[in-house]
Amino acid sequence: MKNFDTIIIGAGHNGLICAAYLALGGQRVLVLEAADTLGGLAATREFYPGFKTSIAHSVSQFSTKIVRDLDLKAHGFKLGKALATVGLGDAGDHVIVQQGAVSGVSPDDASAYADYRQLLRRFADVLKPVWLKTMPRIGNNNLSEILTFARIGLKLRLLGKDDMGEFLRVAALPARDLMDENFDSDLLKAVLSWDGLIGSKMAPRSPNHTVLTMLYRMSGEYDGDHAIPAGGIGGLITALYSSAKDAGAEIRTGAKVGRILIEANAAGLTATGVELVDDEQIMADRVVSSADPQRTFLELVGTQNLEIEFSNRIRRLRCDGYVAKLHLALDGLPEFSGLERSDGRMIIAPDLDAIEFAFDDAKYGESSERPVMEIVIPSLHDPSLAPAGKHVLSAHIMYVPYRLKGGWTDEAREALCERIIGTIEHYAPGIREQIVHRELLTPLDLEQICNVTGGHWHHTEFALDQMLMMRPTYEAAQYSTPLSGLYLCGAGCHPGGGLMGGPGHNAAHEILK
Amino acid sequence: MNTEDRWAGERLKETHFHPRQAVLNLRDAWSSWNGYKFADYYYDAEYEYFCVRNSCGTYDICPMQKYDVSGPDAEAMLNRMVTRNIANMMENRVTYVCWCTDEGRLIDDGTIFKLGPEKFMLTCGSPCLGWLKKSAFGFDDVTFTDMSDGIAALSIQGPTSCEVLKKLGLEGIETAKPYDIMHFPFHGSSGDTLMVSRTGFTGDLGYELWIAPELALDLWDALYASGEDYGIQPYGEAATNMARLEAGFIMPEMEFNEALKTVHFQHDQTPFELNLGWLVDFKKPHFNGRRALLQERDKGPEYTLTKLDIEGNKPAEKAYLYSNKRCTRKIGYITSAMWSPVVKANIALAMIKTEYLQGDIWAEIYYEKELRQTSKVAKCTIRKKPFWTPARARATPPHAY
Ligand SMILES: Cc1cc2nc3c(=O)[nH]c(=O)nc-3n(C[C@H](O)[C@H](O)[C@H](O)COP(=O)(O)OP(=O)(O)OC[C@H]3O[C@@H](n4cnc5c(N)ncnc54)[C@H](O)[C@@H]3O)c2cc1C
Repeated sequence: MKNFDTIIIGAGHNGLICAAYLALGGQRVLVLEAADTLGGLAATREFYPGFKTSIAHSVSQFSTKIVRDLDLKAHGFKLGKALATVGLGDAGDHVIVQQGAVSGVSPDDASAYADYRQLLRRFADVLKPVWLKTMPRIGNNNLSEILTFARIGLKLRLLGKDDMGEFLRVAALPARDLMDENFDSDLLKAVLSWDGLIGSKMAPRSPNHTVLTMLYRMSGEYDGDHAIPAGGIGGLITALYSSAKDAGAEIRTGAKVGRILIEANAAGLTATGVELVDDEQIMADRVVSSADPQRTFLELVGTQNLEIEFSNRIRRLRCDGYVAKLHLALDGLPEFSGLERSDGRMIIAPDLDAIEFAFDDAKYGESSERPVMEIVIPSLHDPSLAPAGKHVLSAHIMYVPYRLKGGWTDEAREALCERIIGTIEHYAPGIREQIVHRELLTPLDLEQICNVTGGHWHHTEFALDQMLMMRPTYEAAQYSTPLSGLYLCGAGCHPGGGLMGGPGHNAAHEILK
Repeated sequence: MNTEDRWAGERLKETHFHPRQAVLNLRDAWSSWNGYKFADYYYDAEYEYFCVRNSCGTYDICPMQKYDVSGPDAEAMLNRMVTRNIANMMENRVTYVCWCTDEGRLIDDGTIFKLGPEKFMLTCGSPCLGWLKKSAFGFDDVTFTDMSDGIAALSIQGPTSCEVLKKLGLEGIETAKPYDIMHFPFHGSSGDTLMVSRTGFTGDLGYELWIAPELALDLWDALYASGEDYGIQPYGEAATNMARLEAGFIMPEMEFNEALKTVHFQHDQTPFELNLGWLVDFKKPHFNGRRALLQERDKGPEYTLTKLDIEGNKPAEKAYLYSNKRCTRKIGYITSAMWSPVVKANIALAMIKTEYLQGDIWAEIYYEKELRQTSKVAKCTIRKKPFWTPARARATPPHAY
């Protein structure tokens, strides 16, 4: 008995987006989510009675095309106004970046920033055709797939000779070099590199793709400025849910898939459905997984059903997360010295070396002596997250290794939590007294709570060797996989993670093709 | 004086049979295989070849790679790796297999010995532990042991080989069918000291003997004592190469390039190109390279390894093949060639573009006549069957000579 055209594993934003597109395309779709709430890494969860927040806390790149296609506004989605990004200064001398301008720096830096931003916007524009398109298959000469690249080539040409050269020059430049070339202020350099680094195993001096990451994150409505939707991150997930539901998709929570069912016959192997951990079997024409690639292939499919080189490439994917989350339940609004409003995105990283040194600790398996972080007070944007008059603080902590030397014992977790709070206290002196409850989620905790291997921001490292037609690896980079009937649609696919929607959108497009 | 050998690590290793073979290698004609000193020939390649075809010869297969693959997942792991279905293999049987990359390109061929429900031995020409380990990823309960040094293995091939083994005291050896494995006591020991498989690389009656290294020389001595009246003679690589060509067997670096060592795109081969399609069992739902091989089967291989009978008697070594006598349309090349004494024909294996297999095939043969280079164009005829398939290779019990 076949009830569904498609079963989607996971109701993170990508699973929901894929479901909505497929249902709009006329398919009967079932979404199965292991957790009791929707949203995956963007789910809103209560971490202390009366206090809620989500792992992802702001949006910089959500696709405006998806907002239109899925009519998300009609489902209640509204992106709030752009947040200020605040580099917290030691003595209240903050650097504030907002709507294309920067304050708190020298006039030279301020004018350099205007030029810099304009250039990055033009570069970001070059890459726009890339994110919402299926990448060409390596070795394939399919015209429409190749056209994607032709389009980038054309856009590059249209930049003009100088900018094109500049684009190619900076594309894989370490953040540090790019910043040193442009600015004097240490704090400004740290703030502007932040979005090229967070979520990756990358520090300012690492060559690879930091600039590409920045450009990727500039693909949204505000050219890279962050924002929080009406109703918080939960507002986005609710709108996606409502849109998928309206289109006819069925969505079940508390339904953890234990394995993907595979039929083996003379035609080869075909994914025909799933078995939940409680043994319930559900059949469908195809299975689309938004779970991360290692989980999907190694746990749900099983290596023995894959090919040898392919499964070893999946094994080698770099999936260790380096971002931890601190959640504080506060009985009042914290005050940051010298900062009028704390409704922006506050970054604690005095200079690029501070980021580099924090990374050095983590890369040798230690938790950083002086953690660097990004802080948001989500309850300022969505009052439902805390009881009246009270607040929640959400912080992304870099760099916290998934594999800590000696393991993540309670003492290790507590010691790190103490260091983080001590660091925040330096900028918001009274905050310790306001804390009602605190929660630190290491990448290992995130792995367990969110069902994401390594607790990785992007499900698997977003780096040159795992990007574009190599994401997560060739043979699975076009959303279809070597297992007939199985597709991928999560952050581990092109274009990558972050609340963007590209993987869900592109996968649905491939399936409906 | 410093007696330490500065180059010890660089020298070729000696096989378990080396002490005896060294004495018999009158020409000091050594080459190497997997780091072992290995006879190219002992006295005269043709003479050794004739022994294999008319009496019997022994061939040292110690340098061949041998892996013990054991554990509850051993069968599943091997079955995913090789293209043939080994799920129904009986214990104490051997099967010839090949394995491919994900893209369906041939990595190597070899044999699988099923020695117990969860115990196999895989043999092959080149080291493949790396590939085995990759193949085992996801199969938790399987272990590999490289037995290449830990087993002494000797092949005995030729029409009198069974008689020699009988004389050695291997009771009932004549009941072994091709690809059977039997176990025997040896030298007073009881039980399974000596393993014998009815296998080989000559296309003739023959066996392979497997024993602990410390018994290698005893085995050799006993075998040569038993074989004295049966024309036993060691043979080397050169005679093997002649015999295997007559049998239509492929050789690495002649007929195929191991895929994992091939640099240029598709300069390796698929089993279909090598005429090994019969080893690819699509009834088996999953094995490595299946998707690519299915495509290859349906579209047809670009080249096909073909057996040729070539007019004249000049071996067509390295010759180009053409579809016309004027030699203007090139359609392939010879991979191995020889004048076959038993078949009395000028035979060859050749890679030929599949689409040209129906038409004429001409070989442009270059050869030397007392230092004068010359060439000729010879007509080729395709042979479907191996050049040499004597009934005795399959008869059980074999005819007693
Ligand atoms: C600490 C951290 C902070 C972040 N902060 C931000 C941010 O501020 N802004 C931003 O844009 N991005 C942020 N990100 C990145 C972003 O949250 C993710 O990239 C994105 O949410 C991934 O979405 P997804 O739908 O692809 O996958 P997920 O959200 O991970 O969804 C996958 C879903 O699949 C489910 N699942 C897995 N296995 C099974 C199974 N066997 N059966 C059923 N269901 C299963 C999971 O429970 C999960 O709900 C952050 C990431 C991390 C780790």
